[in-house]
Amino acid sequence: MPEDRHVRLGRLRWQCRRALLELDLLFERFWQRYGDTIDLQDEAALGQLLALDDYDLWALVSGTQKIDDPQLIQMIERIRNEFVPLDHERMSDNFYFNATT
Amino acid sequence: MTYTVRKFDAVVVGAGGAGLRAALQLSESGLKTAVLTKVFPTRSHTVAAQGGVAASLGNSEEDNWHWHMYDTIKGSDWLGDQDAIEFMCRQANQAVVELEHYGMPFDRVDNGKIYQRPFGGHMSNFGEKPVRRSCAAADRTGHAMLHALYQRNIKVNTQFFVEWQALDLIRDADGEVLGVVAMDMETSEVVAFHAKATIFATGGAGRVYYSSTNAFINTGDGLGMAARAGIPLEDMEFWQFHPTGVAGAGVLITEGVRGEGGILRNADGERFMERYAPNAKDLASRDVVSRSMLTEINEGRGAGPYKDYVYLDLTHLDPQVILKRLPSIHEIGIQFAGVDCLKEYIPVVPTCHYQMGGIPTNRFGQVVVTKGNDLSSPVPGFYAAGECACASVHGANRLGTNSLLDLLVFGKSSGEAAVASIRENVKAHKPLPVDAIEKSLARLDRLNTQKGGSNVHETRVLMQRTMQKHAGVFRFSQLLKEGVDKILEVAQAVARTEIQDKSKVFNTARIEALELDNLIEVAKATMISAEARKESRGAHVRDDAHDTPETPDGRDDQNWLKHTLWHRDGNRLDYKPVQMKPLSVATIELKKRTY
Ligand SMILES: Cc1cc2nc3c(=O)[nH]c(=O)nc-3n(C[C@H](O)[C@H](O)[C@H](O)COP(=O)(O)OP(=O)(O)OC[C@H]3O[C@@H](n4cnc5c(N)ncnc54)[C@H](O)[C@@H]3O)c2cc1C
Repeated sequence: MPEDRHVRLGRLRWQCRRALLELDLLFERFWQRYGDTIDLQDEAALGQLLALDDYDLWALVSGTQKIDDPQLIQMIERIRNEFVPLDHERMSDNFYFNATT
Repeated sequence: MTYTVRKFDAVVVGAGGAGLRAALQLSESGLKTAVLTKVFPTRSHTVAAQGGVAASLGNSEEDNWHWHMYDTIKGSDWLGDQDAIEFMCRQANQAVVELEHYGMPFDRVDNGKIYQRPFGGHMSNFGEKPVRRSCAAADRTGHAMLHALYQRNIKVNTQFFVEWQALDLIRDADGEVLGVVAMDMETSEVVAFHAKATIFATGGAGRVYYSSTNAFINTGDGLGMAARAGIPLEDMEFWQFHPTGVAGAGVLITEGVRGEGGILRNADGERFMERYAPNAKDLASRDVVSRSMLTEINEGRGAGPYKDYVYLDLTHLDPQVILKRLPSIHEIGIQFAGVDCLKEYIPVVPTCHYQMGGIPTNRFGQVVVTKGNDLSSPVPGFYAAGECACASVHGANRLGTNSLLDLLVFGKSSGEAAVASIRENVKAHKPLPVDAIEKSLARLDRLNTQKGGSNVHETRVLMQRTMQKHAGVFRFSQLLKEGVDKILEVAQAVARTEIQDKSKVFNTARIEALELDNLIEVAKATMISAEARKESRGAHVRDDAHDTPETPDGRDDQNWLKHTLWHRDGNRLDYKPVQMKPLSVATIELKKRTY
């Protein structure tokens, strides 16, 4: 019997726990945005990417390395669209400087 | 009730550098060894270590273990145990050479020797000037180390249980440790791992703070398990904030960047570290650099619209050096800060990075507790190594690259001690107590049946923000006092967490709730220990600890040259003396810590 979707997504989601914070941050947002809409093709692409070592995955996501497979390219694009350069709003909620709070 | 029991000579929890090094020692000596890990071994957080591993090989210039020892003690602000530190620094060269033999691809200089770069706080001739002591494999040192150790473990038949979450320590009425209870994430089956030796190598708990360089996996599980089993946690008030986390994201920019010539600048472009640490400058010890940065910001010289970060400047460096020696940094700058570091400054702030405290051990990795007059009595069957342990070599502040060294040295020594103990004393498995897995089952049951409880994510964020605000880089007596009440309140919410998803297979909601049970123990230990320590030392800097001739920079050796022990039961604190006597050389005497 094929595993149900809930189970498969649970596994993929856990495998998005990475050694690099960079990837954790991206995947957290990825799941928030796409968690409900992931289809079988996405699952396959994500599964392939998650089997990579973290630095290889990071190289693809950060664009320093390229890959040919169109499915994977599309998935990488979706992951990297989650990049959040310097977020002033988050920083203004100021917890670094407890001197002033 | 019936449940599955799996028997091994030794069970190691954690497959990062420390766990793999310990497992290797056990398996190589022919013991049947299991390694449990939440994630695939080579996805453990050790992978993230970029800067290198310290060893006084002296390949580029004169160096020796005694200087390394001096730097480590000074870095620790004299809270490190001098016997353990001597042991670690003397073992360093051998630890690195062993790795080289396991196939670790260190960078090399032209004559074929391992390339070494300078790193904050590592100096020659007892603190005179920076020395090249860090051995690296490009900026993938941790990654290369884990791969080498993992391959080696496969060869010697270490048995891996991947995607298993250890839940609780099994400790019998005599206080002996007989294994762990763990859950297979794939099925939610709860199994007792029965062992003659149990080694914790579960890594740090950096996710206890809101702004952290640590990956999400670092939830202090080993500390939570130990605390619940009645083992105290040592020196948990000491957390290192890395000077250069990318502002807003937390992502780390390795200190190696400053080793290669990177410079910190304030909003006016001034190289401010020249004022705070005239000799070491940007390569001063981490706590010194972090505090200098915050002083710049607090005095209005921060950059950006909110003047709340400073700059890391690499623009004067040869782009080839950056791209060759530090390739990830260029990408991180672009992706998380939106800047090209070859041309622009990177905005950075001090960010929670490393836990100096942990499960108390001696230099053999044996977990030690107070028993009668013996302040360091080993707990039979229980060992810990790596970031979850407190040997204590980092004291109040760790030097960069000393942590990978700690993993190798104490991973190995804990493995050796376990092998010796099994060979000499533990001929057969001691029977498991009848209630071996009951506490874990009760926790799972509570979680499954909780109604009207608190949300896991919200409670975790509340805990993280409380920690950040009340026990951050600078500490204020009033905030710490309030922080204790607040964190105890959060702990009540943690005891009532509720999950909607009750499914059995890869239930990430359940896993995260169980992780939060561990993080909160770390949070309580930190806040309560920090509130109680009325001095400044290393990473623990208080507003009410004044700089006087008797207490230079607020450090009060008269009253506080001692290790904190936090006990979960009643949030009780007690203390034990720092081991000031090294193994073979003279004590490195107390003095003011300046760079
Ligand atoms: C970004 C970054 C860069 C760093 N760079 C350096 C550097 O250059 N040099 C240096 O010396 N130090 C560096 N450090 C610190 C160093 O990387 C860590 O202290 C060290 O890697 C910790 O190793 P460890 O073996 O103790 O734990 P980890 O590598 O964190 O491994 C922990 C293991 O425990 C397992 N685990 C945890 N809980 C459970 C559970 N409940 N059940 C089963 N398994 C569990 C995990 O799956 C994992 O396998 C850096 C840290 C960070 C965050």
